[in-house]
Amino acid sequence: MSLFSAHSLYKSFGGIGAVQGVSLSVEPGEMLALIGPNGAGKSTCFAMLGGQIEPDMGEVRLNGVALHGGPVSFAHAGIGRSFQISKTFASMSVGENVQTALLAAQRQLWRLRSAADAQVKAEAICLLDRVGLAALADHDAATLAYGDTKRLELAITLAATPRVLLLDEPTAGMAQRERRAAMELVASLAQDGIAVIFTEHDMQAVFSFAHRILVMDRGILMAEGTPAEIAANPMVQNVYLGTV
Amino acid sequence: MLATLAIQALTGLSSASSLFLVASGLSVIFGVTRVVNFAHGSLCMLGAYLGWTVLTHLPRDPLSFALGVLIAALGTAMFGAWLEIVLLRRLYRAPALLQLLATFAVLLVMQDAIEHIWGPADLPLPRGPWLRSFVPILGERFPLYDLVLIAIGPLVLIALSLMVTRTRFGMLLRAATENRTMLAALGVDQRYLFTAVLALGAGLAGLGGALSLPENSANLGIDLRVITDAFVVVVVGGMGSIGGAYLAAVLVGVMQSLGILLLPKSSLVLVFVLMALVLALRPQGLLGKTGEAEETPRFHRLRAAGLWQKLAGGAVLVAALAIGLLGGDFARSVLEEMAVAALFAASLHLLLGPGGTISFGHAAWFGIGAYAAALGTTVLAVPLPLALILAVLAAGTMAFLIGLVLIRLSGVSLAMMTLAFAQIAWAVATQWDDVTGGDDGILGLWPPPWMGGTWFFLLCIALSATGVLALRAVIFSPFGFALRAGRDAPWRAAASGIDAEKLRLAAFTLAGSAAGLAGALSSFSKGSVFPSSLAIFRSVDALSMVLLGGVQSVSGPILGAIAYTGLFDTLLLASDYWRALLGLTLLALILWRPQGLAR
Ligand SMILES: Nc1ncnc2c1ncn2[C@@H]1O[C@H](COP(=O)(O)OP(=O)(O)O)[C@@H](O)[C@H]1O
Ligand SMILES: [Mg+2]
Repeated sequence: MSLFSAHSLYKSFGGIGAVQGVSLSVEPGEMLALIGPNGAGKSTCFAMLGGQIEPDMGEVRLNGVALHGGPVSFAHAGIGRSFQISKTFASMSVGENVQTALLAAQRQLWRLRSAADAQVKAEAICLLDRVGLAALADHDAATLAYGDTKRLELAITLAATPRVLLLDEPTAGMAQRERRAAMELVASLAQDGIAVIFTEHDMQAVFSFAHRILVMDRGILMAEGTPAEIAANPMVQNVYLGTV
Repeated sequence: MLATLAIQALTGLSSASSLFLVASGLSVIFGVTRVVNFAHGSLCMLGAYLGWTVLTHLPRDPLSFALGVLIAALGTAMFGAWLEIVLLRRLYRAPALLQLLATFAVLLVMQDAIEHIWGPADLPLPRGPWLRSFVPILGERFPLYDLVLIAIGPLVLIALSLMVTRTRFGMLLRAATENRTMLAALGVDQRYLFTAVLALGAGLAGLGGALSLPENSANLGIDLRVITDAFVVVVVGGMGSIGGAYLAAVLVGVMQSLGILLLPKSSLVLVFVLMALVLALRPQGLLGKTGEAEETPRFHRLRAAGLWQKLAGGAVLVAALAIGLLGGDFARSVLEEMAVAALFAASLHLLLGPGGTISFGHAAWFGIGAYAAALGTTVLAVPLPLALILAVLAAGTMAFLIGLVLIRLSGVSLAMMTLAFAQIAWAVATQWDDVTGGDDGILGLWPPPWMGGTWFFLLCIALSATGVLALRAVIFSPFGFALRAGRDAPWRAAASGIDAEKLRLAAFTLAGSAAGLAGALSSFSKGSVFPSSLAIFRSVDALSMVLLGGVQSVSGPILGAIAYTGLFDTLLLASDYWRALLGLTLLALILWRPQGLAR
């Protein structure tokens, strides 16, 4: 039994099948890449894996138990995720963004008195340090550059100490060097035992960091294998690499 | 019995027709411009007055009647187009709250303008013989004109549907409603389209107003009565859906007229229960689509008060206490009113700011608190402290129950439904004479002798200040941060395990309780309660205070409350045209300082 798995997920929007029968599974410490051309259905898959949209058919399981009840219960179960277009809490400082996520994870939101205490603040700085944003802790989150927003969102996601991490294009909008650093950070998270599923347009990042790759096209899983197998698969080269 | 029921249902159908005309106009305008036109009831009222003027100059045969009604609708349409050109087109990019307030300001100005032109008295239409004739149905006499009305609803529905599906204008209308990028791609000058849509919507409202003349005279109460019903119909039917508007109008119309038969005193409550049921099952309304998310305005970073702000706040408090203790009764009553207003405005700000929730009926909680305290004192004879607690509990419980139904609605629908609830609460307060004393209110609520004068003044200031500070503390608590997270980035917040809906419901309840305390304090300060404490104007008072001070800051609403109470209340109310003055002031503020005076 896998840590986290999806079983023949289907989802269509107004008659167009965005995802048609996708199954997958990940283990702790594994980095699984989901690739495919624009519109292949990757983000829709992620939305079902993260509980944001309910599949028309199929289910998502954690330790063999089906997950239900929308994004909030998925989050409490230990599924963390980032979005293709990152959004952070714009009316807060960078540090407060992470503190809020920490308090949510510790189920302390219903406390009315006194905001984040020293311990939460220290934990937040620690997480920001991990993504390389500690120096910006007091800045307005709304004024961050896009790459920094992505990093802040990662810190927010990590605040919940997730067991499964879904990252939708984690390095989009970053410069080449930043990308490498960001992917190395993700790899270190996997090494700590988190199961990571990510999508990415940067093929170099995919082939150097993924342990296993799933290729999607028009809502269907086309191929699955190690980076070496995928690189050698002529069908994949034809369908995917040819259309980027 | 069955015949009576059937007749009553037919009557309901006929009132559904005029309701539909007005609501469909509102819905079409919203669909295209994304502006909820609060002045839509005023357009209907204008149609009625124009119709009265025209029809009193025409012969009293059916054909002349039809002609006169059409002229009135055309006149209203032209007025609507003019309104779009001079005002509405400046508002399309404004946040929903400001759009609602600005069009409400139009309602205020139109009320005074129409009263100025046509006078305050009701103007009944002299009815020709055909308007007084009856048709026998099921052995009862049914007014012929009601049959005409019943037919007009579906006819207009069909005409509108044909226009939407068959004409180029209709195609543009659909494009604007369903797919804005496509509209831009079609290369249409959007300005003409929007002006035309306003004319169409206003014309429908004017038609509805003129058609209701034979049954209701032209009178100054039309605007608010009609807008409340129209809001309910549009939200229940689904925002922007014309067919939904007809369905909901029929449902509400028939429910209302059957309700009078079944539960004479509480037909309003019946309508509200129906509405609650529909929205609990389908938050997007009967035929509404779960459309694009509304854009929420960008909020600035909130910072806790610095040393200087704390000192300034303390100084204001000390000054208030000194003036109150050294001054006379008048100074104390003004200060009490300001303190109550500050608490009331701060409670609304929790929703408008951190909650990201537009409430247009905040007076409901203020009034429920005021009445609970009053009834606790007069009926239950509890001492003042207990009456205050009772008020907080009553307002909080009601806010929780109403919030339970409404909190899932999207921003603008929530605003419309909170208004509808407040109007229903107001109607209950005016009509339930035995308990509330109706328009005469409840008098003689002075604090007991041992608490009189300065002691009550101190209590009022202390409780208001504590309430305001507690609300501030909430904003900077983990709860407040999570509330703002849910507003700033709903998807991100949910993926972090933040249940924004629950938090918002809690904020709604908390704000309602605080407003209830403000209402209770106000009733003891004034010694009386009237239905005006629940009226829409009271809600707009609070909105104006928050707007004046700026929704973006935490201290703004408090400053706004003090300024509004001190200046506007005294200056404006001294004038005969206080509504128009208030409306013009609001418009000036919205167009030139939308961020408030505090910044
Ligand atoms: N909310 C939605 N409504 C309608 N269609 C959608 C929606 N989300 C995605 N789609 C469609 O589903 C398909 C898959 O999209 P997406 O999952 O975003 O692909 P990817 O992330 O691989 O680029 C696309 O054709 C897209 O247009
Ligand atoms: Mg995508």
